[in-house]
Amino acid sequence: MFSKVLIANRGEIAARIIETCKKLGIASVAVYSEADAGAPHTELADEAYLVGPAHVTQSYLNMEKILELAKESGCDAIHPGYGLLSENAEFIEAVEAAGITFVGPSSKSVTLMGDKAQAREFAQRAGVPVVPGSEGEIDGEDAAVEFAENFGYPVLVKAAAGGGGIGMKVATKEKKLRKAVAECMRRGESSFGNPAIYLERYVENPRHIEVQVLADKHGNAVHLFERECSVQRRHQKVIEEAPSPFVEKNDGLRQRMTDAALALVRESGYVNAGTVEFIVDADANFYFIEMNTRLQVEHPVTEMITGVDLVELQLRVAAGEALPISQDDLAINGHSVECRIYAENPEKMFMPAPGEIGAYSEPEGEGVRIDSGVKANWKVTPFYDPMVSKVTTHGKDRAEATSRMLGALDDYTIEGLTTNLEMHKLVLNSTEFTEADFHTSWLEGWMKNS
Amino acid sequence: MARDIKAHITGTVWKIEVEVGEEVEEDDDFVILESMKMEMPISAEEDCVVTEILVNEGDAVEEGQVLLRIEDA
Repeated sequence: MFSKVLIANRGEIAARIIETCKKLGIASVAVYSEADAGAPHTELADEAYLVGPAHVTQSYLNMEKILELAKESGCDAIHPGYGLLSENAEFIEAVEAAGITFVGPSSKSVTLMGDKAQAREFAQRAGVPVVPGSEGEIDGEDAAVEFAENFGYPVLVKAAAGGGGIGMKVATKEKKLRKAVAECMRRGESSFGNPAIYLERYVENPRHIEVQVLADKHGNAVHLFERECSVQRRHQKVIEEAPSPFVEKNDGLRQRMTDAALALVRESGYVNAGTVEFIVDADANFYFIEMNTRLQVEHPVTEMITGVDLVELQLRVAAGEALPISQDDLAINGHSVECRIYAENPEKMFMPAPGEIGAYSEPEGEGVRIDSGVKANWKVTPFYDPMVSKVTTHGKDRAEATSRMLGALDDYTIEGLTTNLEMHKLVLNSTEFTEADFHTSWLEGWMKNS
Repeated sequence: MARDIKAHITGTVWKIEVEVGEEVEEDDDFVILESMKMEMPISAEEDCVVTEILVNEGDAVEEGQVLLRIEDA
């Protein structure tokens, strides 16, 4: 096992990874930007170093500086968390070239799955169903229009290098498609340095259901069941849960989805933790959309129902150990729900709302878990993602997990900052949520009408 | 009539899409602000002419801060 790990991230996920390092007796090294001086993750870590100015390109995305800090502080591994450098093949190669272990998959896997158009073709060859669409990338506006005219509208424009829904746009006619293609290419270029796009059929009102997988370097691979993440805004998840109420209701669906996820893992020789994302239509047909080659934001719900510490297993696998669990050891225990607390205004179309937290206190109690990266008298700056924390609850069933969540949200004080905390309560009390009758566009429509 | 165009959010100026003296049509973007990893365009509500630009790309701006001045086209 490693003796010292640098966590190349910030906020709640950096804090969460440090917790597991402490549990395993591994020394932890935090990095922080000028805007994050004094942040909770820097206080938790054994050592913390300034990595640069606030803007991510000068701090958390500064590969050379992060590597240099890892070497100087004597780290034998780097955990990237999610986002930032976690799916950057060039970074992985630089880390390994420096003789440091990257806690995650190989750069080859990251490259394959990072190109969403290529990943889609790979999935098809592995026998995993994909949404019908363009064969590979589409070369600009005219080519997109030509394709859509033969294929039929509406189509979904996606950034090939993308992920997390960034740049994704639905187009119902030529004029909108041209605009969507231009925007998606621009967004792909600015976010990922790659303007390539591809088109897919727009599956109306799908659910988003994903499978957590974990594989070691010895050929062992397991799945840790599914998570349902259909409550979203702007294609980003707001509430997640495990298991999926929809999968529970559809006989054989879990088996088919987890089989498909593991086929992809085996076929690609994938190692470490990953998530295979699917959209699922009302008839329980599921289609591969992408594989996230990293720890997922919503991993706590999986940990709550399986009792597994995913970060611990990531570290063990990266250190070359065989998975200490087999598929037969894994079972679903109860139900878990996670609410992402965002600094944003749900009433103003979920507009970001940077600000300063005054009084702050987190809920506690049976089956309640908080992953947070903020504290009292803390500035939530406009430089980073609006997520300030995640509240996760566990119960013997969905109703108990939900009622514990409502209690936890009531006990959560975040003064001075505009957040979606109250919205979560309204959503959890809605008939649609109670009956798990929702899809990925449900929340935005529901907010408009309520 | 001269009017101020203000930032509706705290963030940074990601792109300035216009120049002083430029005639801007309704719905065209003046600037694109970035906050919390989200791009937010500030667009013209009617045809107008840009008379003054008070910020540079990369500047941090506060909600309510004047970004540029316009007058009727």
